[in-house]
Amino acid sequence: MTETSGRVAACLPIRSDTDLAWVRQHVRQAAAEVGFGLVEQTKLITAASELARNTLVHGGGGQVESVFLDHGRARGLRLTFTDEGPGIPDVERALTDGYTSGGGLGLGLGGARRLVHEFSIDTSPGHGTSVTVVCWVGVPPRPREEAR
Amino acid sequence: MTDQSTANRGTSTRIISDFLQRRREQIVQRWADEALFRTVFTVSRDEAAEAAGSLVEALASVAASGRIEDLRAPGFTGVREQLTRMAASRARGGAAPSQIADEVAALRPSITDLLITDLAGSDGEASGPHVVTLTVLMGTLRLFVMETALSAGEEIIDRQRLQLLEVATPVIKLWSGIVAVPLIGTLDSARSQVVMESLLEAIVDQQAKFAILDITGVPTVDSLVAQHLMKTVAAARLMGAECIVSGIRPAIAQTIVHLGIDLGSVITRASLADALAYALHQEGAVIVDRATGAGGPR
Amino acid sequence: MSWGLEGPVSTHVPVLRIGDVLLVTLQGELHDKAAEQLQQDIGEAVAGSSAGAVVIDVSGVEIVDSFLGRVFAEIAANAKLLAAETVVAGMRPAVAITLVELGLTLPGLRTALDVQEALRMLAQPSTPLSPGQGRQENA
Repeated sequence: MTETSGRVAACLPIRSDTDLAWVRQHVRQAAAEVGFGLVEQTKLITAASELARNTLVHGGGGQVESVFLDHGRARGLRLTFTDEGPGIPDVERALTDGYTSGGGLGLGLGGARRLVHEFSIDTSPGHGTSVTVVCWVGVPPRPREEAR
Repeated sequence: MTDQSTANRGTSTRIISDFLQRRREQIVQRWADEALFRTVFTVSRDEAAEAAGSLVEALASVAASGRIEDLRAPGFTGVREQLTRMAASRARGGAAPSQIADEVAALRPSITDLLITDLAGSDGEASGPHVVTLTVLMGTLRLFVMETALSAGEEIIDRQRLQLLEVATPVIKLWSGIVAVPLIGTLDSARSQVVMESLLEAIVDQQAKFAILDITGVPTVDSLVAQHLMKTVAAARLMGAECIVSGIRPAIAQTIVHLGIDLGSVITRASLADALAYALHQEGAVIVDRATGAGGPR
Repeated sequence: MSWGLEGPVSTHVPVLRIGDVLLVTLQGELHDKAAEQLQQDIGEAVAGSSAGAVVIDVSGVEIVDSFLGRVFAEIAANAKLLAAETVVAGMRPAVAITLVELGLTLPGLRTALDVQEALRMLAQPSTPLSPGQGRQENA
């Protein structure tokens, strides 16, 4: 019955591999502030690193926005990676382990999805890509029916 | 609802809001002695009065916004944290959410009396509708506190569940460089996660080259549990330790085969003792039978 | 805004030589370029010195993503072509859990609890072991 409210923590550009380090650094600070344990922090930073690299390598650069979430007794962090690149023609395939178009191990998208609690992707060929991930501290809020 | 009654109600909520602001001090003095505040702020009455004060202000702001039946009214959000703390403190003291809600209901008579006296002294307007408005507002507050108290209870349950998870998964040092977790009971996702983390931490702390996961006490192994076991084994390997799964009972072995799970790369032993013997042997230790002086069977 | 990080200080990670072993100690944040540079440096060092083994100490590394994981795997593969073994030592639990969730189990890589253990392991004449085979000493 609790609405999720959010507060924007930062919006960072992703234009070079130095920016990737900034993103990891920022996510580390934000995750510590939210109160994530060490393992959850590591997972979230790693997921952010994968997604930021996707934004840089496949999307030709873009940005990441981080938002602190407050959902009653659950606290979380939401990261949204946006680029204006070529988009992903086949999302299902891109999420499959081993699929790669950038010379990596092909674990970026699918792997990042396994490291977070919520994962959504919005893309269409020619219109860029936006990937949103959410991690909650402790128990993720159960989706509950609103009373009205 | 007709336009007329909407307008009346708008006037009424404004009157209640004005009343709450104007009589803040009197209300605070009455409420501070009520059970809700008295039992939480046992040490200082000033604290009780301060808490009652912010509650009165919150109610005034809810009334001013006209959303007296809305639990999501911004005015309530401001006192949510304070009420959560109060509800949690009462819950720790053993009060049920319904009892806390009754204590909130007990705040109503004193404030209603004050409203009636207040209105009687003014322009002689009928006080009835305004008392109704105040009653609705206090009813909403009662619901709000009830909801807060319930979620505080859930929080306590969550915390206890986590504590239970931790005590339910002890990591034991069996030998220099050998640690073991005897798992007992059902393994779900959350517990598997705790097992994995505490075992890996123990590997670092104990400088353990061998970690034994004993599943003798685990009633069933489904594909999810098997997957967690495999993950733990893989993570331990990345850290430079070898993981041994012991205590796979025949029924579970059959399930594993049935599910088509490949434990191929995982070292398994029938019992914890066999697993320990294997680890000791790998470490170069030899178990000797004192009577014969010969190395025992591995 | 202060980030407590002033950009890459150096893109070179020092490669130490201890007897027959090349030791690389990684610390904290490793930029992609530094990782690629490291891969090249180790390749050259192994080729130029005919070292028998490479030990990568990752105990100071807080994040290993699939990029760095790939770098490790390629360092090991390159070293193997030059008849050198690679051992990754001291991986932190949180990093290990994350790599497994990521799907990166680095099957071709040998691992050790710490550098000392890695050196001890390399000093023993043993065949590279895979889990399940076990070591053959004292058999």
